[in-house]
Amino acid sequence: MTISQRILDLPLVRRSDALRTFVVATWLGWQIESNWADPFLFAVYSIVRPLAGVLILVVMYAVITASAFEDPTFAYIYVGNALYILVGMVITGVSWAIIDDREHYRVAKNIFTAPLNGYTYLFGRGVARLIIGSVSVLITLGFGIFFFGLPIRLSAIDWPLLLVSSVLGLTALACLGLIMGAWTLTMARHFWSVGDAVAGAMYLFSGAIFPLSVLPVWLRWIGFLLPVTYWLEAMRRALLGDEVASFDTLAFLSNQALVAILAGFAVVLFVVSAYFYRWALHTSKEKGLLDMESGY
Amino acid sequence: MPSMPETPAIVTENLGRIYKIRGPKRKDDPKEVIALEGVNLSIPRGQVFGLLGPNGAGKTTLIKILTTLLLPSSGRALVDGLDVAVHTQEIRRRIAMVSGGETSGYGLLTVEENLWMFARFYGLDSKVARQRIDEMIHVVGLDEKRRTKISDLSTGLRQKMNFIRGFVSDPDVVFLDEPTLGLDVAAARQVRDYVLTWMRQHPDRTLLLTTHYMAEADEMCDRLGIIDKGKLLALDTPSNLKRRLAKETVYSLKVAPLGNRPVDRADMIEGVSGVRQATVVEQDGLTELNLILDEDDALSGVLDHLHRRGSALLALEKRVPTLEDVFVDLVGRGLDVDTSQRADDQAAEGSA
Ligand SMILES: Nc1ncnc2c1ncn2[C@@H]1O[C@H](COP(=O)(O)OP(=O)(O)OP(=O)(O)O)[C@@H](O)[C@H]1O
Ligand SMILES: [Mg+2]
Repeated sequence: MTISQRILDLPLVRRSDALRTFVVATWLGWQIESNWADPFLFAVYSIVRPLAGVLILVVMYAVITASAFEDPTFAYIYVGNALYILVGMVITGVSWAIIDDREHYRVAKNIFTAPLNGYTYLFGRGVARLIIGSVSVLITLGFGIFFFGLPIRLSAIDWPLLLVSSVLGLTALACLGLIMGAWTLTMARHFWSVGDAVAGAMYLFSGAIFPLSVLPVWLRWIGFLLPVTYWLEAMRRALLGDEVASFDTLAFLSNQALVAILAGFAVVLFVVSAYFYRWALHTSKEKGLLDMESGY
Repeated sequence: MPSMPETPAIVTENLGRIYKIRGPKRKDDPKEVIALEGVNLSIPRGQVFGLLGPNGAGKTTLIKILTTLLLPSSGRALVDGLDVAVHTQEIRRRIAMVSGGETSGYGLLTVEENLWMFARFYGLDSKVARQRIDEMIHVVGLDEKRRTKISDLSTGLRQKMNFIRGFVSDPDVVFLDEPTLGLDVAAARQVRDYVLTWMRQHPDRTLLLTTHYMAEADEMCDRLGIIDKGKLLALDTPSNLKRRLAKETVYSLKVAPLGNRPVDRADMIEGVSGVRQATVVEQDGLTELNLILDEDDALSGVLDHLHRRGSALLALEKRVPTLEDVFVDLVGRGLDVDTSQRADDQAAEGSA
């Protein structure tokens, strides 16, 4: 409790609904995510499960290409897939809190009658998943470097690009998650996690496991409209260097152009999500769904 | 926006709420439910106000509107002079809500952590939060459980914790939706005492509570609203409400079995002229009739009727009207409490 306590006692934080809510919600999210009675299960969830997902791909790759791990395609697929762990974690992490509060803990009415900022509440609830997801990504990448000679060298990483595109990309993803969360607010019955559905759909079109050039031209456009596409590309370039990363589809964009596009997505999605959230909150109160408990 | 001391704590003006039914099952099923209709209320600061009504009367709906969880369909609702549809955040800073009979809470947090978290959502600083939590935990006797996870608490203890959660922010206006639902007699007593003590210590605060228990309403509330089918039927102090009935006459009769309920209304006790309301309770093979008559003279008609139906009168008593009688008189039926045993306990306990 103590770190969060210190932060919360700062007058600036305490008096701002948005900041205060963010800190408390982050604390809460962490309590929930790290509340594994069994550390073994926690390890399975955050390490073994993501690794298993990547390994399935590795095995398929090995069979099809007769273990051509030196081919740049391997690095492309491996890194894209490892990073994609975060996409699901962040998008669902933010939207899941709504379902969790309503259905599992049944605290929606307590939360929504308190003077908190619902928008930063959801972000805060997603932070813990972001941290756990990042650890999974790091472990997965380390595994790839160690066992499959993934060509990532600390000295060769473009750190500024990595940092900037991480911040922008994850912001855009979190805002997408918020839109899913807001949408969930207006639904009486939850399709189990729209977040998962959206993350799954984007997997195919964002160049995570194959370059967009594999797709027919008209389907590539779906990829071009997704922030994830640019985020993965920027991250690959930062980690692997240009020639391994890009393949032909996005090669015409410079690093600066990529960052600019990501920044554009982050700003637009931030604004859209804020307005959408307000609209969803109002609609939910109108329909009487805010403290909805469907009871299953 | 500081409000004037004379601003009522709660005001509703022609408040209405309609729920749309999503996908009615059959064609002729209604497409909407009128949960509240033309409700006008004004509750001054410092009052304990009770809402009495049968299931589905609209009590929870009213509380949801006042606590900013639900928007009105028509009319207005103000808390501390602030419109619920506009000044949501300002209202939330001043209110708290606790509802009974539910098992809510982040089960993985301890009692202490959960309270700490909510205190923080309300912007309390560590010192104040710690002090209040310590004090309240002590008052309700949760000391030994403060490091227990909520999921390991019994319903009663959870309810106590929820109570503290509600009061920890030191709210101006408190909403309690059936606060003693599902509690045993002793715990219900404790909860009521806590609330009344808190109100005595904070005479400028306001409390709105809904309940199924007449004794609870009678004991706790300065003023009562009786609500049925979304409409406010009466609004007065408990004693004034009872006085209204004093001119009528309230009788309790014990008779040997009345037999099957007649199909024709004219053959029922309600069909006797001068009988305003009648409730029938079967107990231990006897039938107890509670009657509200327009005047004493109607009694002979009742006795004739019983005689014709062949049942013997065993006891007859003219009673002082209770809140229950007032309720039956207005609503036309008793409160359908699912746990009649518990209601009896509470009534007995309330009068003790
Ligand atoms: N979300 C909803 N959708 C549709 N109808 C609803 C909804 N919530 C409540 N109702 C209906 O509105 C009416 C009023 O319900 P409300 O919950 O306010 O009653 P109540 O007085 O609190 O009843 P109880 O004593 O059972 O708690 C009821 O007919 C109920 O079925
Ligand atoms: Mg109710």
